[in-house]
Amino acid sequence: MHWWIPTNASSYGGDVDRIFYIILYITGFVFLVVEGGLLVFLVRYRRREGRTAAYIHGNNTAEIIWTTIPAVIVVMLALLSQKVWSTVKDPAHFPADAIQIGVHVKQFEWQFTMPGPDGTLGTDDDIFRKNELHLVVGRNYAVQLTSQDVIHSFFIPAFRLKQDVVPGMTIVAWFRPTRTGAFDLACAQLCGVGHYRMQATVYVHSAEDFARWQAAQGTPAAAAAVATDTTMGSMAMPHSGGTR
Amino acid sequence: MTAAAAPHDAGLHAGHDDRPWLRRYVFSTDHKTIGIQFLFLSLTFLLLGGLMAMVIRWQLGFPGTPVPGGSVLPDAMAPGGVIRPSFYNALVTMHGTFMIFFAVMPLLTGVFANYLIPLKIGAPDMAFPRLNMWSFWLMIPAGTLALAGFFVEGGSAASGWTAYAPLSNSPLYTGVSAGQILWCLAIIIFGASSLLGSVNYIATVVNLRAPGMTWMRLPLSVWALFITAILALLAVPILAGAIIMLLFDQVLGTHFYLPTGGGQPLLWQHLFWFFGHPEVYILILPAMGIVSDVIANGSRKPIFGYTSMVFAIGGIAGLGFMVWGHHMFVSGMNPTLGTSFMASTMLIAVPTSIKVFNWLGTMWRGNIHFHVPMLNAIGFLSMFVIGGLSGIFMAATPVDMYIHDTYFIVAHIHYVLFGGSLFAAFAGIYYWFPKMFGREMHDGLGRWHFGLTFVFYNLTFFPMHLLGLGGHMRRLYDPTQYPFLAPMQPINVFVSVSAFLLMAAQLPFVVNFFWSLFRGPKAPLNPWRDNSLEWTVPSPPPHGNFVETPTVYRGPYEYSVPGELEDFLPQDRPAPARQEAH
Repeated sequence: MHWWIPTNASSYGGDVDRIFYIILYITGFVFLVVEGGLLVFLVRYRRREGRTAAYIHGNNTAEIIWTTIPAVIVVMLALLSQKVWSTVKDPAHFPADAIQIGVHVKQFEWQFTMPGPDGTLGTDDDIFRKNELHLVVGRNYAVQLTSQDVIHSFFIPAFRLKQDVVPGMTIVAWFRPTRTGAFDLACAQLCGVGHYRMQATVYVHSAEDFARWQAAQGTPAAAAAVATDTTMGSMAMPHSGGTR
Repeated sequence: MTAAAAPHDAGLHAGHDDRPWLRRYVFSTDHKTIGIQFLFLSLTFLLLGGLMAMVIRWQLGFPGTPVPGGSVLPDAMAPGGVIRPSFYNALVTMHGTFMIFFAVMPLLTGVFANYLIPLKIGAPDMAFPRLNMWSFWLMIPAGTLALAGFFVEGGSAASGWTAYAPLSNSPLYTGVSAGQILWCLAIIIFGASSLLGSVNYIATVVNLRAPGMTWMRLPLSVWALFITAILALLAVPILAGAIIMLLFDQVLGTHFYLPTGGGQPLLWQHLFWFFGHPEVYILILPAMGIVSDVIANGSRKPIFGYTSMVFAIGGIAGLGFMVWGHHMFVSGMNPTLGTSFMASTMLIAVPTSIKVFNWLGTMWRGNIHFHVPMLNAIGFLSMFVIGGLSGIFMAATPVDMYIHDTYFIVAHIHYVLFGGSLFAAFAGIYYWFPKMFGREMHDGLGRWHFGLTFVFYNLTFFPMHLLGLGGHMRRLYDPTQYPFLAPMQPINVFVSVSAFLLMAAQLPFVVNFFWSLFRGPKAPLNPWRDNSLEWTVPSPPPHGNFVETPTVYRGPYEYSVPGELEDFLPQDRPAPARQEAH
């Protein structure tokens, strides 16, 4: 039984998990101190015959201490988070060699357009799939997210990635799978009656497996090319300003 | 600086009440009657919202099996008792809507602001009693319209209580048409009610304080309710404006939120959360105020750091207007904005921890009486700490990217709104019930209610953190559909069973409430030995509250003053000859 965060399968998932654990340890410690202190006070200062409560209105030193310490901690957490956040979400930091994939969603279906053996999206050999996405382990991908109707959310738990898909916008998200296998892709934003079954599967292949899969889709001759062709170049994105 | 109010109408001299029955109990302008009306109304809506939650939990724990007793539901909702996905989405939407707009918000502001503000500041009534009456009576059509959605063609609104456009824009996307329009109308009317209440609370606190009731002698409950009213006054019109635009999109064919006509779906989210985040503080600040009063009383000690408590309330309220974007980290908003919203959100931890540590400081070296209101206040404190700490996970943008829209969020909101606001509301009800009705509530039943609620509350909501960390999305009709969620189904079953027991644990409260209303022993004048002005008048207080406008000599938290015979020193008792106490 797996009752915890799924095993990470993306390049930046480990960084996300690290921040999660740092926050978990800090808040866990604060939780123990505060709830422990509360319990001690409740027992130690419970009502007793003859006991008189101290007549104290406060203490400025204490106020300064418990204002400063949380402030320092949260500023530190914000700085740590900022680094990972900009790696994942800031278009300026997206890898230049990412393979482009088109993701078009509508109620309640994921439509993936993957480049064919020529490695370029928008050409005749593009491979189109509903509710299944095929990737090569260790390669950078940029998904161009568009929606036909309402807001959906592109959520791959194992990659730690979530990005809403908003009609009228083209939003780009990137990731690099680090493990092979089949992973769930879910819609995380309520999108109508079929929201609960709007799921897809992400297949992360080894390069050889992927070549075999790709070959099975189209011309066998072109399949061999993909194994050696590792570059996509810094192809200009067909849409710009998508995240504004 | 302070002024006593002139009586507003002929019936307002304390003790002489010759109003006809209808003006006295139904269309009353008396703040106490209105507060009690709000109490009955909000508890009814709380029960409704709770029942919806039970049906939701049944579906999540036992998907696809008939709800016990569900065969009474029409086929459009649950054929043969099995919940339809459309009905599930409607329930999720209306549970949130009812709990936030019609249960917790009126419970905290409608009940306690109305009942307590004039009594605690030494005023005969609110500044605008007729507006006040309207603020209650508008809630009846608002709640009725929201509820009516379940009975119209297409069913109730089903786009979540957040009504994200364009899902909420068009019946094309949800199959809901009339229900969503009714939802919009209900919230607009609710907004009018909330605004009328807010101007009233603000004007009353500013103008009607008794002589000697300076700002820094106000009870923290009054401070919190005052600042909450300012928040509502500034935030609710934004919601109303946003919803009017949504309504136009639905019925007039405008495209404010529809990209097909050049509109922007994200505009709705910005407007909604610009209201929505202050709203969260509207729901928690009054709770903090009530708990501050109760903890000082229970500890028999002055509140620790009164001034910083006041500034912390102001700080939370001010920051509340700068953090709305943290609901939108993964919405497609510019990621640079995400960074600034993360920074402002993280800062909220500062005034929040000031409050928590000051409550602990109040108990430190106290003489803690574990009366039922105090138990609930301690429940608030211990649970609010969890809700506050789990908020830090979401404030961190990379972590939010994973836990956003999962059960982690559901756990967090319930730790703040149930563990926080509702425990405080229970503390307030137990505390002021004797004042409202002149009778005491049953102590044993109150303890059972607290104990069972505390246990089953945690068993219900704590495991939701685990579900969320496992990636369990919220608003999901059937989690077993997903291979990665199926192994966590035992947690869902456990949560559902705990939720049913949590609902059952409210039975002692209901019994206690109604039994005490009619059969409870007569309450003494000041059962909690409290300093505040409401305990100097009979229970229930007469129309007009005070026979003579009281004079205030000190703050409300003068407990265990050295040299005094008793461990409390009421605000209106003239200064002891030897010294001015504060």
